[in-house]
Amino acid sequence: MLEIKNLHARSEDTEILKGINLRVQTGEVHAIMGPNGSGKSTLAHVLAGREDYEVTAGEILFNGKDLLELSIEERAAEGLFMAYQYPVEIPGVSNKYFLKAAINSIRKHHGQPLIKTSEFLELLKANLAKLGMDKSMMERSVNEGFSGGEKKRNEILQMAMLRPRLAVLDETDSGLDIDALKIVAEGVNALRSPDRGMIVVTHYQRLLDYIVPDFVHVLAGGKIVRSGDRTLAHELEAQGYAFLETEPASV
Amino acid sequence: MIVTELTPFAEQFERLSQDPAHFPDWVQSLRQSGRDRFHQVGFPTTKWEDWRFTPVTAIAQGRFGSGPENSATSEITEWVAQASLADMACRLVFVNGRLQPGLSQLDSLPAGLTVGGLADDLEADGEIATGVLGRQANIEHSPFTALNAALFRDGAAIRLADGVEIEAPLHLIFVTSGGGDAVCSQARNVVRIGRESRLKLVETHVGAPGEAYLTNSVTEIELGEAAQLDHHKLQSDSIAGYHIATTYVSQAASSRYRNHYFAFGGALSRNEIHCYHAGEQVETVLHGLYLVSGSQLADCRTRIDHAMPNCVSHEVYKGILDDRARGVFNGKILVYPDAQKTDAKQSNQALLLSDDAVIDTKPELEIYADDVRCTHGATVGELDPKGLFYLRSRGIPESLARKMLIFAFANDVVQGLRVESLKRHLESVLLADHGLPSV
Ligand SMILES: Nc1ncnc2c1ncn2[C@@H]1O[C@H](COP(=O)(O)OP(=O)(O)OP(=O)(O)O)[C@@H](O)[C@H]1O
Ligand SMILES: [Mg+2]
Repeated sequence: MLEIKNLHARSEDTEILKGINLRVQTGEVHAIMGPNGSGKSTLAHVLAGREDYEVTAGEILFNGKDLLELSIEERAAEGLFMAYQYPVEIPGVSNKYFLKAAINSIRKHHGQPLIKTSEFLELLKANLAKLGMDKSMMERSVNEGFSGGEKKRNEILQMAMLRPRLAVLDETDSGLDIDALKIVAEGVNALRSPDRGMIVVTHYQRLLDYIVPDFVHVLAGGKIVRSGDRTLAHELEAQGYAFLETEPASV
Repeated sequence: MIVTELTPFAEQFERLSQDPAHFPDWVQSLRQSGRDRFHQVGFPTTKWEDWRFTPVTAIAQGRFGSGPENSATSEITEWVAQASLADMACRLVFVNGRLQPGLSQLDSLPAGLTVGGLADDLEADGEIATGVLGRQANIEHSPFTALNAALFRDGAAIRLADGVEIEAPLHLIFVTSGGGDAVCSQARNVVRIGRESRLKLVETHVGAPGEAYLTNSVTEIELGEAAQLDHHKLQSDSIAGYHIATTYVSQAASSRYRNHYFAFGGALSRNEIHCYHAGEQVETVLHGLYLVSGSQLADCRTRIDHAMPNCVSHEVYKGILDDRARGVFNGKILVYPDAQKTDAKQSNQALLLSDDAVIDTKPELEIYADDVRCTHGATVGELDPKGLFYLRSRGIPESLARKMLIFAFANDVVQGLRVESLKRHLESVLLADHGLPSV
């Protein structure tokens, strides 16, 4: 469903992504790990369409479409979802209004009728319960004054409401306490399905104990330098990224 | 003095001095001095410091008449209906500055509240106006204040007795329409709130769409000890009209005055609020929101005289400017030498939606006491690109995402209102203006 070929991207004059190749099939969960500043979030943002980054080479196919040709909102409407490492606060727009506007925008894109209020509220209630979130949070402004953990839960709530085809979770585990991590991971697992792909960016094996990946990749210096199955994550947990310094592949 | 500027108003003045409504002598002399003053200074020019960014040439060149006498046309009735709000205690409607009893709704006034036209009050014994009318509105303060003194015929006269709390707001609707002729409305309002009394007031200004009329209103408000007034003003005048309004407020000890100003209309609008603290423990809250586009100019000006110790003022003005619109904000805070422990906060935020929109902001803090807390801040910005990206990355089209952020910026001012029907009305105006889907 997603095919990234030789992707190069830069911000102003710094090249950040230096030839990424990645293929994600439906039903698969890919974990991306790698040192700080290696370009993981940049990759997620380039997928989502952030205009601060310029793609200088390569291509991205998403369900057969040229992703780079689509606007930010078209990508989302086509089923791409990024859970932010740093979710944005939007004072003055309530979570509820925002979620409904997002659902209806996506429905409109597909020529579907708008969601009924009762249906929306039921869906919201069910997902809030799953993620252990209080419904009063929905009356509050998007992420405003939310704690770090609440923001992350809110990202997963949005994912559960929008049911994307490909979810890119950027360090969804950071900032979560142990119980919250379990709840959020269960929320994510509930969305695992044969017709949905996931890319999970994380620094820690702990998340991958809950969300067990099919593949693990190491992104370093703007490239994927190693790929393997889930045992690679264990290896990294034990040995860190020291191998990067000795292996020529990382240069 | 350029005589041609005065001629149209001079005619009105002559007619007024022969008006059958017998204004008492003291009012006639106020009128005369207003006229003399205006004669002497004329309209302000952009060379005047207070008018630097607000050219009134178009007003000076317009020949505004006083408008038709009987104005209850079906159009006006319709505009009044549109402007009306639910849950009001009563409603006073003025057309071209004169009270229209037929359009007003004054049945079952709450006990302690006296409401009517200023002309009627003056014609009787001037019970409400005496001692208030002309006391604060110094004709030397502005040529428009002088002009209003010279030409007002009517307005609202409101008095609330001591110790009365009224929950339902009192609604004043000002309609201006010349039926094709350039017309001016010079309403003069007097409001007195007795000690320990509370009132909510909503003031709506509307007019014939597209007409280039002038409204020039002056309002004088006196708050007794521990009195509270929530004053809301909605300026939805014609997009080609000129709206000048000056409100003077005198606050006795422990009183609270809250003003919420919403400006949408007018080719040019200038709203001035002057609050004077006449006692200790006074609170003043001034909130404003102006939304302008095209070549509109909105000038918002406030002045708070912290003349006494231990008083608080809190001020937030927000502006949204599109196209070639201009905004002017001037917030003056004067802390007198004796006014120790003054706590004054002021903030002015503007959102510029186009490269050609301009805002001129000037906070003016003059502080002559040493133990005070005064802060002011001004921000001018565009929509937050991070917020925009976030909304779009959830599938919301850019145009809608922009509207949501604009709405959010403005809605903040609306959410603070304590009059539900007005809040809903303003929300729907904001939503309609921005074409947002309702929740
Ligand atoms: N908009 C930008 N302008 C300039 N430099 C940027 C920009 N965005 C990212 N970078 C730089 O690109 C590099 C990669 O950043 P990125 O956020 O993608 O790293 P990351 O792998 O997600 O790191 P972390 O694990 O700390 O989240 C960093 O050196 C960062 O400073
Ligand atoms: Mg990152």
